[in-house]
Amino acid sequence: MKATRLSPHILLLLPAVIVLAAVVLFPLILSLWSSLTPFRLTRPDSIYQFVGLRNYERIFTDSDFWWAFGRTVLLLTVALNLEMVLGLGLALLVERASRGQRILRTILMFPMMFSPILVGFQFKFIFNDNVGLVNNALQSLGLTERAIPWLIDGQLAFFAIMTAEVWTSTAVFAIFILAGLMAMPRDPIEAARVDGCTPWQTFRYVTWPFLMPFAFIAMTIRSLDVARAYDIIKIMTNGGPAGRTEVLWTLIARTGYGDSRMGMANAMSYVAILLSIAFTAMFFRQLAKARAQVAGDW
Amino acid sequence: MDANRTARANKLLTRWTLNFLLFLAMAIICLPGLWIVLNSFRPTVEIMAKPAIWIPREMNFDAYIAMFSGIGQGGIPVIDYFRNSVIISVTSTVIALAIGMAGGYAFARYRFPYKSSWFLGLMLTRTVPGIALSLPLFFVYAKLGIIDSHFGMILVYVAMNVPFTIWLIDGFFRQVPKDLAEAAQIDGCTRWQAFWQVEFPLARPGIASAGIFAFLTSWNEFALASQLTRSTASKTLPVGLLDYTAEFTIDWRGMCALAVVMIIPALLLTYAVQKHLVSGLTSGAIKG
Repeated sequence: MKATRLSPHILLLLPAVIVLAAVVLFPLILSLWSSLTPFRLTRPDSIYQFVGLRNYERIFTDSDFWWAFGRTVLLLTVALNLEMVLGLGLALLVERASRGQRILRTILMFPMMFSPILVGFQFKFIFNDNVGLVNNALQSLGLTERAIPWLIDGQLAFFAIMTAEVWTSTAVFAIFILAGLMAMPRDPIEAARVDGCTPWQTFRYVTWPFLMPFAFIAMTIRSLDVARAYDIIKIMTNGGPAGRTEVLWTLIARTGYGDSRMGMANAMSYVAILLSIAFTAMFFRQLAKARAQVAGDW
Repeated sequence: MDANRTARANKLLTRWTLNFLLFLAMAIICLPGLWIVLNSFRPTVEIMAKPAIWIPREMNFDAYIAMFSGIGQGGIPVIDYFRNSVIISVTSTVIALAIGMAGGYAFARYRFPYKSSWFLGLMLTRTVPGIALSLPLFFVYAKLGIIDSHFGMILVYVAMNVPFTIWLIDGFFRQVPKDLAEAAQIDGCTRWQAFWQVEFPLARPGIASAGIFAFLTSWNEFALASQLTRSTASKTLPVGLLDYTAEFTIDWRGMCALAVVMIIPALLLTYAVQKHLVSGLTSGAIKG
């Protein structure tokens, strides 16, 4: 009898594991296999044709792929760091506001509830060269005569995408860092002040170490969902103009659904998946480290 | 005396600079949303006007009326999309919550080997980009014949929401002291009764906010929905938004109106749970 009884934690975790295995793990194994074939949607038989690492060899020698890869890493690195810094600043500003904190916090939640695709449309509208808010404002103020082609010029388009991305996600950092600030004990700060620390030193050596786990939680939550940027980019430029804002995810969609070269797209997917996992695993480890440090200090 | 005054002036100046910065930041957060709402009420001529018209001359509900009046009169099947969105989001949220409660409870209350690896492993399934997952899913769903169906979308969204729901609910159960359930068990409850009568009520606000977070994720998801849905049988609102775009033109006014329809439920729900959401995600931060 005893051998057939599973321990309760296994029973409790079983549904989660089954669902994730069926909907995530199994398809991923399938896509790993199909990345080793020249699978095309138009020729279903091609999934049984094994070609080894040919797809990977091709994408690794393809400069378009490497540009998209580099752009993705650049976008993530710049966006995440910028969001972190801006979020920290925003949290500090809100925390020192003496009145209306509740309403300020509510406003902070605002961008979080916008669907990424909505953010994409919204900023496509705002940066529209003809009827957009930005150009209208600049022209009404007389700052520029001609319309600035925000989404038509490669570099400006990248900037516009970055703005949209930062707008949506800065709030996530601000909210978590604010939660940290409010949970923070007051005594160490006062002690530091009595001991003659400058405000900067107080922040650097007392406040920041305490806030770090909260910042890393925000980082981890963000990195779980970095591919959300796909929705924004897909709507705003769809990788254009002429591939100047192409990132891994739009390239995958174009190769897989546009050209129906599924095998190739799956090979690219694997690179994208490993990239996401690398980002997340990194932040999870730092989160654990920061936790351990705070637990030791306080 | 003079030094005193300068110091005071400086302090005042810093304060007002910081207040101004705060105001500016809030304005940047709010403006895009307000711009959308405003434009959903304006006639297309006014949106397209050059030079720009800043103060609206005419406001009306035409865009909303057109949207709900069906195909052919400039409308899109928004009621179908809305229904699909509600069915898919609500069902997947309920299932994800049930699975997440079981999983979260296991992580909060039991010790088992490789616990943190299991946790990390579950979380990592969430990192798979939607578009990358959609490729094999598209193939599998086509084989099983569940493409463009509610069932297929619900299944995906359950899997998408489970990791995060577990994380949140784990945090909330950890905030409930273990002793309470133990005391109830000593008083003669079974573990099952102790859970439902002691621990569950205490963690309920947190579980509700986990639910709303899951709901919003499904409500807003686009990458998977855009590939796994085809027709009004299962298209959700985010995918429906694309109906307003043609090859070279976009019906900005109609799009803004649909955006407002999408955002209102999300707005109300988020407002309702904002407090619990943050406390749940961070509860593990200090206690470890």
